[in-house]
Amino acid sequence: MDQKLMLLGDEAIAQAAIDAGISGIYAYPGTPSTEITEYVIQSVEAKSGQIRAGWSTNEKTAMESALGMSYAGKRAMVCMKHVGLNVAADPFMNSAITGANGGLIVVSADDPSMHSSQNEQDSRVFGQFAMLPILEPTNQQDAYDMVHFGFDMSEKLGVPVLMRITTRLAHSRAGVMRKPQRPQNEIHLPDDHRQFILLPANARRQYKSLLHKQDEFEKYSFNSGFNVFTDGENKSLGIITTGIAYNYLLENYPERNIPFPVLKIGQYPVPHSMVAAIYGSCDELLILEEGYPIVEESIRGFLNNGKTVHGRLDGSVPRDGELNPNIVAVALGLEDTRGKDIPSIVVSRPPSLCKGCPHIYSYNALNQALAEFSKGRVFSDIGCYTLGALDPFDAINTCVDMGASITMAKGAADAGLHPAVAVIGDSTFTHSGITGLIDCVKDKSKIMLMILDNETTAMTGGQDSSAFGRIEDICLGVGVNKDHIIILDPSPKFHDVNLAILKQELDYEGVSVIIPRRECIQTSIRHHKELKKIEIMAS
Amino acid sequence: MKRDIILAGVGGQGILSIATTIGTAALNVGLHLKQAEVHGMSQRGGDVSSNLRIADHEIASDLIPYGKADLIISVEPMESLRYLPFLSPDGWLITNTKPFVNITNYPEMGKLMAEIEKISNHIALDADEIAKKLGSVRSANMVILGAASPFLEMNYSDLQDAIRHIFEQKGVEIVKINLDALQAGRDFTEAHMN
Repeated sequence: MDQKLMLLGDEAIAQAAIDAGISGIYAYPGTPSTEITEYVIQSVEAKSGQIRAGWSTNEKTAMESALGMSYAGKRAMVCMKHVGLNVAADPFMNSAITGANGGLIVVSADDPSMHSSQNEQDSRVFGQFAMLPILEPTNQQDAYDMVHFGFDMSEKLGVPVLMRITTRLAHSRAGVMRKPQRPQNEIHLPDDHRQFILLPANARRQYKSLLHKQDEFEKYSFNSGFNVFTDGENKSLGIITTGIAYNYLLENYPERNIPFPVLKIGQYPVPHSMVAAIYGSCDELLILEEGYPIVEESIRGFLNNGKTVHGRLDGSVPRDGELNPNIVAVALGLEDTRGKDIPSIVVSRPPSLCKGCPHIYSYNALNQALAEFSKGRVFSDIGCYTLGALDPFDAINTCVDMGASITMAKGAADAGLHPAVAVIGDSTFTHSGITGLIDCVKDKSKIMLMILDNETTAMTGGQDSSAFGRIEDICLGVGVNKDHIIILDPSPKFHDVNLAILKQELDYEGVSVIIPRRECIQTSIRHHKELKKIEIMAS
Repeated sequence: MKRDIILAGVGGQGILSIATTIGTAALNVGLHLKQAEVHGMSQRGGDVSSNLRIADHEIASDLIPYGKADLIISVEPMESLRYLPFLSPDGWLITNTKPFVNITNYPEMGKLMAEIEKISNHIALDADEIAKKLGSVRSANMVILGAASPFLEMNYSDLQDAIRHIFEQKGVEIVKINLDALQAGRDFTEAHMN
């Protein structure tokens, strides 16, 4: 136990969950959260069957499964990226009303600056919306410790706890000290058998109980040690940091001699007394937050007629994007240490589809099939195939949220756009595409749906796809005409055949489902290597 | 002591193997370490970088501030220039000269090299060519690491030990190839400096 492990922030959370005695982890892959669940799946505890670890079909099913495990009295963790919390919003919001039985931690990994995401929404807003305690670690060790603390708090207060991290913590490695492992809970159902029945009469009672707990949540925040006030000589400015912003502040004082009082926040609700103390003793405040200006906004107030509060809202810190040490330096009026400019000769190098990727050939055929029509007819989705938006393909026109390809194509078809094409991946299809397809079948919408089946969840690194081996059955099951469920091989040698089929199906005035199927080139290479290894070992 | 290192390359080039080797060596001698990696979309052939920070004291930020990097170690020439705002005025740039061309508007090599030549402290070498001569082009990253090794403020033997530790399961042959690659890179820099 006294050995330090070098862990990604994600891995620190995973190791902590194992050590804190979870019985199950549920998740849908999403950058930057994926490595949490991957780490648990690879653990001895999961492989030996002591911990249930695996991928769910989407974040909603993951959240509900975790809630069910908590209902049964065992500790559970559920992980997702920030936009995944939108998908899980219904069970998440209502889990605040039911409360938890066994400890329940919901991890939401935000992606400020949108390195791998379609927005930079701040999950703390969701936590406040649900009125649940929120933990926001400063570093990898904090992340590890907070999971232990979070499970304790969840069980003592009887509520789920939200843990919010951001990309830089999730994907950065540092030394982490482990705590002793503790046993899992035995099954024990809630004492109150009505606790989880959100009929209005029960829900009203449960909601009052949640409201009643708010003071206690704040007391926990005050006493946990994750919110720390450090006094400073120079009271002209007080600094409040949240999460990893503290590291960037510290980085600007290599001798750690920050002259100003500093309030470091790692747990919400933010204790009023701590904010009142720093506000009262300093002339002005600077708020450094990774994400939305949530603390800043609440201290400023609607009228902003108190002391001067600097931060994202007055332009001291950029309004969007992640923080870094230099942004903080500038906000503090310190020297900007930026070195030489990037030579103009350096061009951008966007990500692209891998050499040999099956999507390349799906898009080549689709582009040619649509060549005779005006542009703007392809509704796409979230995954590797979103890269079809870039050169040389320029093949898609939308990418909004998981599953939106099918339903947006439907809406456009309803408006009279024909042909209208939806392009979705296999894993995204089972995540959130099936319900949209049912709408299309029910309405006999004139859409051509391409389910690009590379037999994996590729963008996040090749996790198992819930769609594997069952796409045709699903399409048949929801009522797609079997003559219009067509499987293609997206390889160059079949280009002409594929093109002819696409052209024919574009003409069809109903729901047509085309399934170009070939394994992802990355997982294919990995599988070949694994096979080779087994062969070598066998010989 | 502190070494702030930006590792640069293109998604799929395996820059993390360099980070892992330096990191293992640093941990073996009890140094503090932070390493910010890039996962997700950019791994599909986009530009990727890693911030590797080593120090004999606690490290605060996962990200290296502008102008504070002691080293830029790049496995691709154009990518080495992308992080110049981070390089300290007396920092070193160590780069492979073998381009990875997966875009249509890749700059002309001559102009690219001229930009690299403008950096007073630089080491530029064709690591792929050197690695190929040694028998395995896959060890090019270790050639680059070897070329950077004189600037790491670490014992060379600690890096060698790290390579032995990381590759031992893959067999003595693989260990040797990587140790030779490391040495070849180091020899290049030493010859260049004298």
